[in-house]
Amino acid sequence: MKTRRELLKDSSLGLGWLAFSALAQKVHAGGRTFPAKAKRVIFLTMRGGPSHVDLLDYKPELIRANGKVHQGGAPLIGPVHPFSQRGKSGLWMTDLMPRLAEHADDLCVINSMHTDLPNHAPAFVQMHTGSFQFVRPSLGAWTVYGLGSENENLPGFVTLNPPADNGGARNYGSAFLPSITQGTRIGGSQLPGLYAALMKKQETPGPPMRNIANDRLSIAGQRRQIDLIRGLNEHKLAKEVYQPQIEGMIESFELAFRMQSEVPDTLDLAAESQSTFDLYGIGQGKDAFARQCLLARRMAEAGVRFIEIASPVGWDHHNMLKENLAKNCGETDRPIAALLTDLKRRGMLQDTLVVWAGEFGRTPYMQGIDGRDHNHQGFSIWMAGGGVKGGMNYGSTDEIGYKAIEKPMHIHDWHATMLHLLGIDHKQLTYNYGGRDFRLTETSGKVATGIVA
Amino acid sequence: MAETVGGEGMKRHVSILFVSALLWSTSEADERDPVHHFESRIRPVLVEHCYECHSVEAGKSKGGLLLDTKNGSREGGDTGPAVVPGDPEASLLFVAMSHIDPDLEMPPRKPKLSEKVIADFRQWIESGATDPRSGAITEINRSEDHWSYAPVTMPEIPAPVESDWPAGEIDRFVLAKLEKNGLEPSSDAEGYVLLRRLCFDLVGLPPTPEQMAGFSPDDLEGIVDELLASDGFGVRWGRHWLDVVRYAESNGRESNIVYPHAWRYRDYVIDAVSRDVPFDRFLIEQMAGDLLPFQSNEERARLLIATGFLALGAKGLNEANHEQFAADLADEQLDAFSRAFLASSIACARCHDHKSDPVSMEDYYSLIGIFKSTRTFYGTWIDSENNNGGELIRLPEIPGQLIPGRGFSKEKVAEMMRQLAELDEQDRKNKELAEKAKVEGKDMREDFNAMLAAALSAYWRRGGLEGSLATVDAEGNPLPLCMGAMDAGEAVDSPLYVRGELKSPDDLVPRGVPALFNMEAAAPEAAASSGRLALAEWVTSVDHPLTARVMANRVWSHLFGAGLVRTVDNFGPTGEAPSHPGLLDYLAVQFRENGYSVKKLVREIVLSRSYRQSSTFDEESFRKDPDNRLLWRAEKRRLDAEVIRDAMLAVSGELDLSPRPGSLAANLRSHSVSLIGFDQSVPDDLDGSLRRSVYLPVFRENLPDILDLFDFAEPSLVMGEREETNVPLQALYLMNSSFIAERSEAFAARLMSGESSRDLRIERAFHLCFNRAPDAEEMALIDQYFTSSDVDEKETMIRVCQALLCSAEFRLAD
Repeated sequence: MKTRRELLKDSSLGLGWLAFSALAQKVHAGGRTFPAKAKRVIFLTMRGGPSHVDLLDYKPELIRANGKVHQGGAPLIGPVHPFSQRGKSGLWMTDLMPRLAEHADDLCVINSMHTDLPNHAPAFVQMHTGSFQFVRPSLGAWTVYGLGSENENLPGFVTLNPPADNGGARNYGSAFLPSITQGTRIGGSQLPGLYAALMKKQETPGPPMRNIANDRLSIAGQRRQIDLIRGLNEHKLAKEVYQPQIEGMIESFELAFRMQSEVPDTLDLAAESQSTFDLYGIGQGKDAFARQCLLARRMAEAGVRFIEIASPVGWDHHNMLKENLAKNCGETDRPIAALLTDLKRRGMLQDTLVVWAGEFGRTPYMQGIDGRDHNHQGFSIWMAGGGVKGGMNYGSTDEIGYKAIEKPMHIHDWHATMLHLLGIDHKQLTYNYGGRDFRLTETSGKVATGIVA
Repeated sequence: MAETVGGEGMKRHVSILFVSALLWSTSEADERDPVHHFESRIRPVLVEHCYECHSVEAGKSKGGLLLDTKNGSREGGDTGPAVVPGDPEASLLFVAMSHIDPDLEMPPRKPKLSEKVIADFRQWIESGATDPRSGAITEINRSEDHWSYAPVTMPEIPAPVESDWPAGEIDRFVLAKLEKNGLEPSSDAEGYVLLRRLCFDLVGLPPTPEQMAGFSPDDLEGIVDELLASDGFGVRWGRHWLDVVRYAESNGRESNIVYPHAWRYRDYVIDAVSRDVPFDRFLIEQMAGDLLPFQSNEERARLLIATGFLALGAKGLNEANHEQFAADLADEQLDAFSRAFLASSIACARCHDHKSDPVSMEDYYSLIGIFKSTRTFYGTWIDSENNNGGELIRLPEIPGQLIPGRGFSKEKVAEMMRQLAELDEQDRKNKELAEKAKVEGKDMREDFNAMLAAALSAYWRRGGLEGSLATVDAEGNPLPLCMGAMDAGEAVDSPLYVRGELKSPDDLVPRGVPALFNMEAAAPEAAASSGRLALAEWVTSVDHPLTARVMANRVWSHLFGAGLVRTVDNFGPTGEAPSHPGLLDYLAVQFRENGYSVKKLVREIVLSRSYRQSSTFDEESFRKDPDNRLLWRAEKRRLDAEVIRDAMLAVSGELDLSPRPGSLAANLRSHSVSLIGFDQSVPDDLDGSLRRSVYLPVFRENLPDILDLFDFAEPSLVMGEREETNVPLQALYLMNSSFIAERSEAFAARLMSGESSRDLRIERAFHLCFNRAPDAEEMALIDQYFTSSDVDEKETMIRVCQALLCSAEFRLAD
């Protein structure tokens, strides 16, 4: 018996399938320039600016200087929760993430990150697009543009419950790149688990996905209808010379049509075992983020190239740092660690680059009586799998964690490094728009070869 | 006048459990914090009294002295160091301010600063003169010479070389700029393209084939005036304003509680825009309608409803600290006000002087006093999600007034009253018990949890009972209510909170309008008033540099797809500069001089040739100006979510143009958006209506599918400009949703019964959808589809109709 996918392919007697394949080829414009370990990215964004000096950047001098007045006038404060050394590598990490700590030897912690501005929205947008000023394609869009899709039945770039503010859709936009590279937002409000059960709605704990099937048309019937739409659209396009919006609409119908065969299965978490649910903490209290992490693994498995998950909580701890950090870590530690475990046991961690990052970090000195202010001059992120060295720290800040001094890594450098891990030379991945070649890293970007395994 | 609902009872009980939350004084700790001392006592004085003559920003350094940086203060000027840590008498700054030396008295020509201030400086210098200001960076950007803060004056009208093209002044600005850059305008758009553009832009609907048949590009004024006068204009342009004022029918955030009365504000906006209420008056009504004189109950009701603007924001209803809640509420109001009316981010100065705009913390707290002296009526009662009960405004009774909502039976009212009395009794007993235990010195710790749980549950029950009872009369009939704002009765000034923290209050800042944007300061109208009216008058003063520019730019952006300033909600130094500064000022002046008539402004713009251009691609122009900043063609635009939906209903012949009385939100059984799914009468996609989309419910975090998918404005944010995404989920909606299936059926039925042959039907379908006849190739495509179809004529027609509704041309305005 034929699979649904084969059936789809066969039924595409019209020009749809072929034309899309051609388009998909076109998308490979940049392409791989050297062998790569990472085939895909799972990007965990921690909006708000997680406090690196409390989580990932261990500074004995800051502990010693606790209470001393910093040059700016505010008192320095040491980490508000203890650090310990973890794994064989002895990586220093906060005690607040005990489950992630079990993966210490897989983590590459970059301690020398820095970005241009200490304000949320521009920094968040720069983290995603390289530019805080102009509308530019996001990292996910560039990735899909460079590598194409691994599975033509799914969007190449999916973003789960992205925040509406902090730049909104710019963070997953394609700007001038073909719109097929744009992030598809999945998510939105969900019924609380208890009510979902009562109402027998969304019994499978995936995000709601309506309109994924048509009960009036057969697949072949719908294919013919879409070919008609396509014919009308191409006719219009032919008259317009250059009309990226119409091209984008044509592409999105093709992708939508094919998604019907694969998305329901991908989103259906019911296929997972109870032990997997337990691993992630699904079915235990507030579990939306846990479900998203599991979903990310399923999407990675199904061939989505770039998956982004937004933190369920903000990390902007101007006050009550100690309590809120504990709360945030409590809500995210288990699902994130589970994602790493799950990828690893399936042999997928080696070619999946998992990234954990916020738009900046926080000051080593105190703000108010129990918080820390934004700090863009030095902060930490971690990456795992996908060809990075594990159990290592890369670069460093000064002795109190304020400023990146050793091997400083700007957002452009970091983007260049991630593209490198994906096998792309960031200088080669360009797109000509309005007579100028654009790239993710603008006119800079240095690959940190020291972290490449 | 009994205009408030809810009663004091609600408030009284709120305090029992939560207010006792930890609010210990931190003043002692702060005294020891040298930075705090500097920030609260030193810097404000320097800013106020010294920077004017001694700062980089002011461009002045009298006597070579700069006091706006640490280094400048330490190094001093021509006569020596201004600040010598530890030694006040050697510090010329201190000497000058304390008038020890008659030859050196500062500030000049002004009375000596208060003894308290001088003592603060002495203490500061003695204890080491801690100064957190770093480097040569000026801390406060008091720059008033940013382009958007300059007065609006009529610019010189340029005289382009090609004198035949311009139809008016607008075109002279556009053409002159194009010529300067070696570009040419595009030719006029074809008639049907222009008519479609006009109809979508002005009323949000496609032209009917009959409108098209009667259209002549030679009589543009006729059709434009017709569209401006139609109800559709209010619907379309009212919705633009609703985007800007973050209109929603639920709170959003952690406690997404329904606002069942928000729709009155929606109707107010649509009506005001339809009647072309002068824009300055429109703003005053929304800021201070409650304070305006009125002639009738109708007018009073209308003005009260207008203040709903202040009540609609997303609030932290679950905040346990009421003082914090009030501060956040005032902050949200100030933020919405400044972004919506002034495209300015004043609220950034809550915790620190604004980093880029000339707004200080003092400015912020003087404005905040206005909002803190205002009582907000948002009408959500206490329950497990909500610690901050809000009341509603009771509207005057008007014959024939619409009052939606179910109300209660008389018996139900009696039952609720009885339960309330029971709770009162229980409260009394508990209090007695606690008092007794206190007197007897009994250890209550063991009973604490049980008591707390009981008290909480009673507290939540009380919230629901009181809240429900407040919405009905003694008979259980629903009352006419609205959201809004009124002066609190007691006016208060807000302290400046150091770093925005309630734990660190500093001196009170007199409330009022600060001298911002080259405008003069304005005090509250009277000692007891909040100052909202003064603020409203300030913002609408003819001299205000921002208000008219910001609105003129918003109007332009809706007609051209992008503003002359593309950052439509940010006119500050971090926003974008205008592409055509002269044109923007010209429009602002015109707007002002035409009595702030939005319709006249729209009219002038759409009658320009710039607007009439075709959107045809041109390789050379594109190379020079890919973003079309110089307006060498019209911008192709994806229609807004509402327009897509309304257009589908229009062509299927199903559109119901009557306004929806009330809102779906007004009749919900559930109080919380997360529980809406329980209500069997509410459709899954939150649609199920044939009325115009502006009447669909706008629940934060839970929008009707079609709005959500096609980039509706995020209703928690001031959003003058929508995103435009193009993703497969939109295509899936078009392919598979029941909404499109139903429209396609109705559309096909309309064609089947209206026309006698297939060809005529197809032709009619194209005229309805695209205002043009199909060409031969399109006819052939559809013929072929019919020929190869394996279902009957009717079903095939339905599928063709759906294909037309799904086509790119349907969603794009050329």
